[in-house]
Amino acid sequence: MTAEATTAKPVQIGGYTLREPGRLEKLVGPEWYRLLRGLVTNPLSVAGIILLTGFVLIALAAPILAPPISPRADPYNIPRDGFSPEPKPPGVEWRRNAPPVPFWYKTVTGKEQWVHLFGTASGQFDIYYGIVWGTRTALRVGILVVLSTLVIGLIVGSLSGYYGGVIDDVLQRITEIFMAFPFLLAALTLAAVLVPRMGRSLWPAVIALITFGWMTYARVIRGDILSVKERDFVLAARVLGAKDSRILLRHVLPNAVFSTMVLASLDIGAIVLSFAALSFLGVGTDIGYADWGQLIAFARAYILNLDQYWYIVLFPGLALLLFGLAWNLVGDALRDILDPKLRGVRG
Amino acid sequence: MTAYIIRRLLLLPITVTGVTLLIFAMMQVLSPVERSALYIRDIPKNDAQVERIIRQYGLDRPFVVQYWTWLVGTRNPETGQRVGGVLRGDLGYSRTGNQTVKELIAQRLPATVELALWSMIPIIGIGIWLGIQAAVHHNELPDQAARVFAIIGYSFPTFVFGLLVLMLLYAKTGWFPPGRLSDWADIVVKSADFKRYTHINTLDALLNLRFDVFLDALRHLFLPTITLCYIQWALLLKITRSSMLEAMRQDYVRTARAKGLSEKVVINRHVRKNALIPVATVGGLTVVGLLNGVVITETVFNYPGMGSALARAAASLDVVTTLGFVLFNATLLIVANLIVDILYAFLDPRVRYQ
Repeated sequence: MTAEATTAKPVQIGGYTLREPGRLEKLVGPEWYRLLRGLVTNPLSVAGIILLTGFVLIALAAPILAPPISPRADPYNIPRDGFSPEPKPPGVEWRRNAPPVPFWYKTVTGKEQWVHLFGTASGQFDIYYGIVWGTRTALRVGILVVLSTLVIGLIVGSLSGYYGGVIDDVLQRITEIFMAFPFLLAALTLAAVLVPRMGRSLWPAVIALITFGWMTYARVIRGDILSVKERDFVLAARVLGAKDSRILLRHVLPNAVFSTMVLASLDIGAIVLSFAALSFLGVGTDIGYADWGQLIAFARAYILNLDQYWYIVLFPGLALLLFGLAWNLVGDALRDILDPKLRGVRG
Repeated sequence: MTAYIIRRLLLLPITVTGVTLLIFAMMQVLSPVERSALYIRDIPKNDAQVERIIRQYGLDRPFVVQYWTWLVGTRNPETGQRVGGVLRGDLGYSRTGNQTVKELIAQRLPATVELALWSMIPIIGIGIWLGIQAAVHHNELPDQAARVFAIIGYSFPTFVFGLLVLMLLYAKTGWFPPGRLSDWADIVVKSADFKRYTHINTLDALLNLRFDVFLDALRHLFLPTITLCYIQWALLLKITRSSMLEAMRQDYVRTARAKGLSEKVVINRHVRKNALIPVATVGGLTVVGLLNGVVITETVFNYPGMGSALARAAASLDVVTTLGFVLFNATLLIVANLIVDILYAFLDPRVRYQ
């Protein structure tokens, strides 16, 4: 970009003045600029962004917000204050096995020793600790599953869309077969099959969510590619003698999948909700792992007197709801911005 | 139209074969000893017995042979009877249900059908109505309210919503209890002079003229129905709204307005009719949503249907039951999607002539 270009007079075409791109627009490019501007001008998505930032900060600050009992212990195992099956309400003093007191604790709560800020679940697992570290679990699972499903979707979708013919037919049929299953049921089953083989950890549920989660991306990316591969610049590349792989990776994909990638990243919310559902149903992590669905599962034993044990549902449930809400608020706004049919319509 | 249906039907065997293959592949994660649970009911007395079953049913044979045996069954060499074979409806023995998977499904199906039927009517009726209202009042207050309602709806984990309504409407107030019937009603239903026509409690109660039982069944159905509805409304509202908005931008709508038709006629006759075509696909999505939803909803409300049986089987790692249920549900879904596709072609001529 030369100096003249930035200071040039606005260009006039047929009475319309072309808008001069601002500094930010030049920095991130027109596509990202349109996205960012759409996001910050919509109050709902701003609320979503604030919530998301909050969750990321909680995840990053987990060792300060809820310090592990000892540096050697696995921080994802919720510390327990004894073994009694009776849950304890918020504010009860932490007697055994209390973690070190962090610097902010006395100023915020006014107390010298740890209390169970959000109460304990059955088995005396501290709910506050579980929610704080559960934020890390949620983000880890969400990012892992979205990246993996997106990669599978990209591979299947681009092979299918670019080569067409028999490859397309076969891959399409395979996609349809995976789509014939109700998602949650299939994931539940696969996780239940994998648990005896792999033991209880994040992995069975994560693998199950990946296995039955890639199909929509494959479909959408196939469509994206079908529309891009007929364009002139692809023909030009082919005329120049570029290899298939180069055309696909350098010319077709980058132009085809921008919006798909952006939208996929926002599925993290939905994925974490599904993961929590699997945990709630008992095919997720081991009991006592810092994971929101696992915490809420403790409430299953008390469905007849939930008014007494409300804190087992309310705090982790709220965490899960706000997490899902954050991604959906941003996602909804983005979908409107990226939807070509709605372009130009003020929403 | 016929050609379209035939084309659509020709794809069916491929999907069904694929589904069974995938389920069978999931089964291969298990060892032959664990897979022998498909064919035996009692805990085997010794290793030799397990060995014999594995040999008898070919559980250590190559993948293709095993798959075939699993599909069509095999002849028991001692009794000469055919055993196994998912195509014959033999899905194995359920450890958690203490009966065959087929019997378990038959026993649990009516409860789930009852719940699904009671949910379906408000889901579709109110969901579409909300979507139309939002689109007609685009960017006005009803639209904004509907959008917030929808976003919260699909951000709400089913089990959290269920537990919260249970907390408020049962634990605090005692209004709507979990389960399927109160104890007294259960005794009435199981008594000899209560005829079970359909095993759907509300319907049977009406047919037996027991309105007290009917009301009791409704009381138990209320919370799970609300839970299933809220989550589904969000989806239906969103799809109807965007479909309506798109239809409202079409040229023929402008024409209709230009020739002076009233707004009511334009919306009812021109927009809604066309906008509801894509909404028909939601029928398929609703079935998926219900199949997924009942697993969690029934578990939360202790409702004795297929969903809670599946959840229990999965949690106790009873793989035979779980896979049997998934096969059954996948088949249901394939049939539902087929019906939706044909319906869609019937509604929209453009699909037929593709």
